[in-house]
Amino acid sequence: MATGRYPLGQLFLMRLRALWREPSAIFWVFIFPMLLSIVLGLAFRNQTLRKLNVAVVESPGGAAVLQALSSTPGLQTQVLPLPEARQALSRGKVALVVVAGPPPSLLVDPLVPEGRTAQLLAVDTLQRLAGRTDAIVLPEEHVSTPGRRYIDFLIPGLLGFGLMSSSVWGLGWGLVQMRTGKLLKRLVATPMRKSDLLASFILSRLLIALVETAFFLTFARLIFDVRVAGSLPSFLLVAAAGALSFGGLGLLVASRAQNSETAGGLMNLATLPMMVLSGVFFSASLFPGWMQPLVKALPLTAVIDALRAISIDGTSVFTLGGPLLVLLVWGAATFLLALRLFRWS
Amino acid sequence: MAELAISVDGLVKRFEDVVAVDGVSFSVPAGTCLGLLGPNGAGKTTTVEILEGLQEATSGTVRVLGQLWGEHAERLRARIGICLQETRFYEKLSVKETVALFRSFYPSGVEVEEAIGLVALEEKRDARVGKLSGGQRQRLALAVALVGDPEVLFLDEPTTGLDPASRRGLWDVIEALKARGRTVVLTTHYMEEAERLCDQVVIVDHGKVVAKGTPAELVASFGGAQVIEFEARPLLSLDACRALPGCSDVTTQNGTVRLHVKGLPEALPALLRTAEAAGATLVQLSTHAPTLDDVFLHLTGRSLRDEAS
Repeated sequence: MATGRYPLGQLFLMRLRALWREPSAIFWVFIFPMLLSIVLGLAFRNQTLRKLNVAVVESPGGAAVLQALSSTPGLQTQVLPLPEARQALSRGKVALVVVAGPPPSLLVDPLVPEGRTAQLLAVDTLQRLAGRTDAIVLPEEHVSTPGRRYIDFLIPGLLGFGLMSSSVWGLGWGLVQMRTGKLLKRLVATPMRKSDLLASFILSRLLIALVETAFFLTFARLIFDVRVAGSLPSFLLVAAAGALSFGGLGLLVASRAQNSETAGGLMNLATLPMMVLSGVFFSASLFPGWMQPLVKALPLTAVIDALRAISIDGTSVFTLGGPLLVLLVWGAATFLLALRLFRWS
Repeated sequence: MAELAISVDGLVKRFEDVVAVDGVSFSVPAGTCLGLLGPNGAGKTTTVEILEGLQEATSGTVRVLGQLWGEHAERLRARIGICLQETRFYEKLSVKETVALFRSFYPSGVEVEEAIGLVALEEKRDARVGKLSGGQRQRLALAVALVGDPEVLFLDEPTTGLDPASRRGLWDVIEALKARGRTVVLTTHYMEEAERLCDQVVIVDHGKVVAKGTPAELVASFGGAQVIEFEARPLLSLDACRALPGCSDVTTQNGTVRLHVKGLPEALPALLRTAEAAGATLVQLSTHAPTLDDVFLHLTGRSLRDEAS
């Protein structure tokens, strides 16, 4: 029995076993964030621009118009009689109706973006068909930046959110269950050092947070090819700092709650506002200027900003003093307050 | 006189405006078993938790193994074992893992397997706590209390809610501990439990000690009285019952009248005559020598049996 006589080791094992043997905990820590990112990743995946549907109403001598339009890049043509073509336009099935003419004429709703684009493309083609020549040739450079996809933005946000949830719920829930089941009371009646119990919670949280981060990064890389532009150790360091900071919050929320209902309410109170304000799904800079100091002072904003800076922009962890300071202040303040308020029974 | 494992002198515990324990004093010689009996809310659990160092006394002196909680808390915790009224251990841990966890806190004690053996849980050593029955969980709680090889063992209602077989199983374990010279303090609702296990009984009510002594002494304090229980239809007046020869106490519960009388030969015929004169039928009648339950009922106005249910 290697760990037989080491209380810290035994308490640490207790925490890990409690998580590992609880299927619902595994689901919320590992599976749920994965499912969420798959669903959101698919919904917001980068699509190639779809071709615009154009209805062509045939008329004698209009074959050249149909020919020219169907070979225009970005347009998809179909031949329809006029009544059906009008109906298709009003139902949005086609973006534009071209009556072949001669001379050709257009039916379009200029307030629909697809209609306007189809109109520009069709007019250009028809003018050339009629003999117009281009005055100048404009050089074009096609640009696409890696790491600017929505999924690249989303993954650090979901990871930050996952770290917050698992820290607050994992620590808080665990402690409240132990209090309501009188296990905390039973433990303090033994010669156990209270600092050992606390350390076991912190160490197990840290280990699980690192496993959680590594798992999530691997998954994002394999499924969505999301890469961390900056250094991996920096990324893990920020994730660990976030987990510890949120651990303080979890401890505070659980410091007095006497039953699961109270604890659950307090945990939602602590985490839901941050889920909305800290830019998990969209950039927090969208909030108006007067809200920014509040938004920036939230620990979840700090974690997500720092994770995004490292993974998207490749920022060095040494230039992330601001977010790390926010995490330190939150962690220290909640932790000290929790120790002061904590009830063992 | 034997060394005292516990001495309690003028113990008072006040919560805001409620006095839970109001000047309790008693002592427990080493190697004996003390039973704390009393109705719910009498202050038993508060008293025991102060002895266990889980609550602080408002005033009064408590010495456990000659030491004060205020001075030697760390050392004392290593020398006592505790079974709270109900502890929910981690359901996902096995019996063996739970006992090993608690064993790691004590500088010395018995081996994990030995503690499991003491409470006869060997067959369940690898079972998850969540799969245990109520009786097995109580035995696990006892194994956890024993793992530090305590000199004093505190058991707060160790058998409440258990079926009779599980209860008797736990009694055997506690008797074996007593045989090994351990001091035991237990609270209970069960008269048989107190009569079988306790060398001394302290009955508390409203935070005060109302009686103490050995079970035999407490029963003898009735002065050789006998108990008549009967149910009459229609009900007999209580004054008529009190007027019966040698009657010292009358209590009623759910229509059953309980009389404490000096001698059955005088009281019983008188009762029958009284019933006949009142035109009442005795639907039930029994007599017995007094038990601890009668003492308890006499002192607190409530039956131990009702407390247990």
